[in-house]
Amino acid sequence: MPDAPDKPETEPPGNRFRKPSWSQVVVAILIGSLAFAITLQIRQSKTNDYSGVRGDELVELLKSLDSANERIGTQIDDLTATRNDLLSSTKRSAEAEKQAKQRSEQLSILAGTSGATGSGVTLTITAPDNAIDAAALLDAVQELRDAGAEAIAINGVARVIAQTYFLDGDNAIRVGGHDLKPPFVIEAIGDPHTMAEAVRFRGGLIDRVTNRGGSATLIEQTKITITALADVKSPEYARPTS
Amino acid sequence: MIPVIGLVVGVVAGLVLQPTVPVGLQPYLPIAIVAALDAVIGALRALGERRFDDRVFVVSFISNVIIAAFMVYLGDQLGVGSQLSTGVVVVLGIRIFANAAAIRRRIFHA
Repeated sequence: MPDAPDKPETEPPGNRFRKPSWSQVVVAILIGSLAFAITLQIRQSKTNDYSGVRGDELVELLKSLDSANERIGTQIDDLTATRNDLLSSTKRSAEAEKQAKQRSEQLSILAGTSGATGSGVTLTITAPDNAIDAAALLDAVQELRDAGAEAIAINGVARVIAQTYFLDGDNAIRVGGHDLKPPFVIEAIGDPHTMAEAVRFRGGLIDRVTNRGGSATLIEQTKITITALADVKSPEYARPTS
Repeated sequence: MIPVIGLVVGVVAGLVLQPTVPVGLQPYLPIAIVAALDAVIGALRALGERRFDDRVFVVSFISNVIIAAFMVYLGDQLGVGSQLSTGVVVVLGIRIFANAAAIRRRIFHA
């Protein structure tokens, strides 16, 4: 603004204040209107509505919101899929756990590592010493197994499992590490009727025991409990192939 | 002194009356304010250099405001409203900084 000033600053300031010139009033009005506009605009900007936003800016805003919405939607889909995966895998593992538990129960009865209870028979064999040898006792056990015995214990101490051996000893029969003497009480869990039939038929176990000079009695029971456990040895040489 | 009174009156009026900006004027007011600020800073510089002129100030103030508003209006009509108003603000901002630097140099000699 290099224009030459119309009015040189010759008047003293006090005089100017007392008699304001026309142009000074105009300047004051302009500055006042500027201040007015600034306060107005500041107030306007503080109100957080979108009325002061341009149309194309609104469009941009809408677009960005749309894309954000889309992004979040995809995220929701991903997370939902992950959640469903996790849910189904949880369900699957719960199912697997249930099956494994069931299997473990079956195997523990089979392996003799847990007690067993259920309907069954109690077969009592009384005989003079050495009338019943290990083979005869094993015969009796096999007869019961044939008839579907699921858990067998002799004299309440010897649990009969796959590895159980029968050995003749001095005045006793060694069954899986226990010396057993007559009378032999064989408890077997299974279908009582089938097992009774398997033992009682003519020429069967009872007849054979009688032939050897002993006697055998069989009682069918609706509930017997076997508490004898077999010694568990983890296999030293055998490994599962699968 | 009179301009200072005008400033105070303007602020007080804005605070007391609390009017809302008309919708039609809303896009132009911020740019007009920046343009007017440019004129005011330029006037302060001229004042410091003892070559302030009421007439020049009034004309530059009004023309700044009108041209800035017109450019924003034109930008809106052409579909480049936001870019053009950004450009106007940048140019006015540069001018304000330049004038402020001149004032600073004059006052602090630095």
